[in-house]
Amino acid sequence: MGYIKVDNTKVTKEIADQLKQVCPFNAFEYVDEYLSINASCRVCKLCVKKGPKGVCEFIDDSRPQIDKSKYKGIAVFMEQHNNLCHPVGFELLGKAKEIALKTNEKVYAIVIGSDTQAMVSECLQYGVDDVFVYQDSLYRDFNVERYTNVMESFYKKYQNNVILFGSTPLGRSFAPRVAARLKTGLTADCTMLDITEEGDLLQIRPAFGGNIMAKINTPNNRPQLATIRYKMFNKPAIVKPFGQVHHESVEDIEKHSRIELIESVHKPQAKDISESEIIIALGRGIKKQSDLALIEPLRAQLGADLACTRPLIENGWFDARQQIGLSGRTVKPKLLINIGISGSVHFIEGMKEAETIITINQDPQCKLFNYSHYAICGDLYQVLPKLNELLEQLGVTQHV
Amino acid sequence: MKIITCIKQVPASSNVQVDPITGVLIRDSQNVKMNPFDLFGLETAFQIKSRIENTAIHAVTMGPQSATQVLKEALYMGADDATLLTDRKFAGADVLATSYTISQLVKHMKDYDLVICGKQTTDGDTAQVGPEMAEFLGIPHVPYVKELIEVTSKYIIVRSAYDQYDEIVKVELPCLLTVEKDANTPRLPSYRRQLLFDNYKINYVTFKDLEDQNENHYGLNGSPTQVDEIFSPDKSMHSTRFEGDPQTLSNQLVEILKDKRFL
Repeated sequence: MGYIKVDNTKVTKEIADQLKQVCPFNAFEYVDEYLSINASCRVCKLCVKKGPKGVCEFIDDSRPQIDKSKYKGIAVFMEQHNNLCHPVGFELLGKAKEIALKTNEKVYAIVIGSDTQAMVSECLQYGVDDVFVYQDSLYRDFNVERYTNVMESFYKKYQNNVILFGSTPLGRSFAPRVAARLKTGLTADCTMLDITEEGDLLQIRPAFGGNIMAKINTPNNRPQLATIRYKMFNKPAIVKPFGQVHHESVEDIEKHSRIELIESVHKPQAKDISESEIIIALGRGIKKQSDLALIEPLRAQLGADLACTRPLIENGWFDARQQIGLSGRTVKPKLLINIGISGSVHFIEGMKEAETIITINQDPQCKLFNYSHYAICGDLYQVLPKLNELLEQLGVTQHV
Repeated sequence: MKIITCIKQVPASSNVQVDPITGVLIRDSQNVKMNPFDLFGLETAFQIKSRIENTAIHAVTMGPQSATQVLKEALYMGADDATLLTDRKFAGADVLATSYTISQLVKHMKDYDLVICGKQTTDGDTAQVGPEMAEFLGIPHVPYVKELIEVTSKYIIVRSAYDQYDEIVKVELPCLLTVEKDANTPRLPSYRRQLLFDNYKINYVTFKDLEDQNENHYGLNGSPTQVDEIFSPDKSMHSTRFEGDPQTLSNQLVEILKDKRFL
């Protein structure tokens, strides 16, 4: 905590320019030979570390440190619909168990719903230490006001260290509400998590549209909250349940809400590519819509699902739910074949977890090659017809 | 009805890289623009104004002096007035401190019925500021609004887009909405309005105007999270490269797929 102080006796035009270069946020203003810092400053201290020596100084006016040893336990909010857990919750339990080994903390699942029994036993199967259950008929559907009250009540009682949420649309609306209620930090859309022995959660997330990664921590506040992308981590192994179930009283939790759910309308279910095992992803290398037929033999043979990059969505060739990338889906298939994709950072962030990645592209410098296990350097319009001949010879159509 | 729309100035390009040696951010431009998501938020406000008589739309932003540019754009599009929230004391704010500071501004503006934000910004990308503000204001929020179904002076009914489903909710006013991308077609700034606002003076609000005068709630001091380091995404992996004529390449591809038991 603190701010940056500028020693203007040392500032010249050159130094001012140098500092302007260093600052990622355009926070320096040099007017009438006076260098000042405006409200854009994020106190990233780059000017102190990378700028000319002795010009900028970080002034620390810290608040007293909290006693971190008092806050124990990594909790996961189990998102549910119709009393069925969203799989992201189990993935987070897996990650929580992994990092909890470092700090010797327990892993908690927080289950809120109207009929929680099945969800509770599922959590136990994945080997959580404690399941905290908040059951009421009013908790059947997610309601941000009621659920926030529940989380507040949980934290007041258990004073735990970390609470994790899935970075689903629901989680992204709910977690900030909880963070503001508990007046603590929240890091959105983490792609990696770790923890220090002291219990400080290290949260890594893409910033500037994924062009850089930022490592964020919450040094002096508890609980530490983070939302984590779906499909980033593996579900834990199924074990013989050993955890304890705590049925919490909900009587004293405020249930009034100013939000009334009138209807939840399910969109026609195009299969979600984030669940797919085998994906063929297509990009701008495909020149016209009719060329998609070239892909069909391979797709049929593999039983693959089709996905694409943003330009093909903009062309109207695909549904937006088939887009891979930061603004689309994160996928984690066993096999991903990229055809005609050069590989923007956004796309790469969405697919880099695939187990086997094959990329076909005619550009030898194609960026995506660096992220592929197999780089096939060739023109898709020449390779695919040959491939289709081969597939025809193979003849065996795999029945799924 | 009194509507407060929150907008933000963001870098025009998110194309930044980290210099691997110095660790300094390299940007390819210093240009800025209005956060594209906010355009849909503003348009939502304009559409409510066309439905409800006596509606005033107040555009607000937090940022340095140069952020007045996006406020002007909002005025030229159709906002009735514009306020810049700026103070050195707000510097270094993370999501919590930012949300708190803007919620203090909204409180300062009093008697509002609706607060409208874009779903997220293109630079922060968190989509958290809206919901956190609502919590600080003690009002309900509805995220990802893509359609206004009914607007009255007591409540509104909207449709929200979640990944797999839509929700139609009725919510009491005052409340906060975050508006989904492509919820509507934002209008362009008009030249006539630009002339109209030629002599307009943007309102300034600074720390001393806010109700909460505890400096520890703002800026870096009020921010629980801090950035430890920034780095380029580095994902080097073992990669095998195949070159040659199309026939060889397709043979190899089939071999790989067989080897991995996909064929």
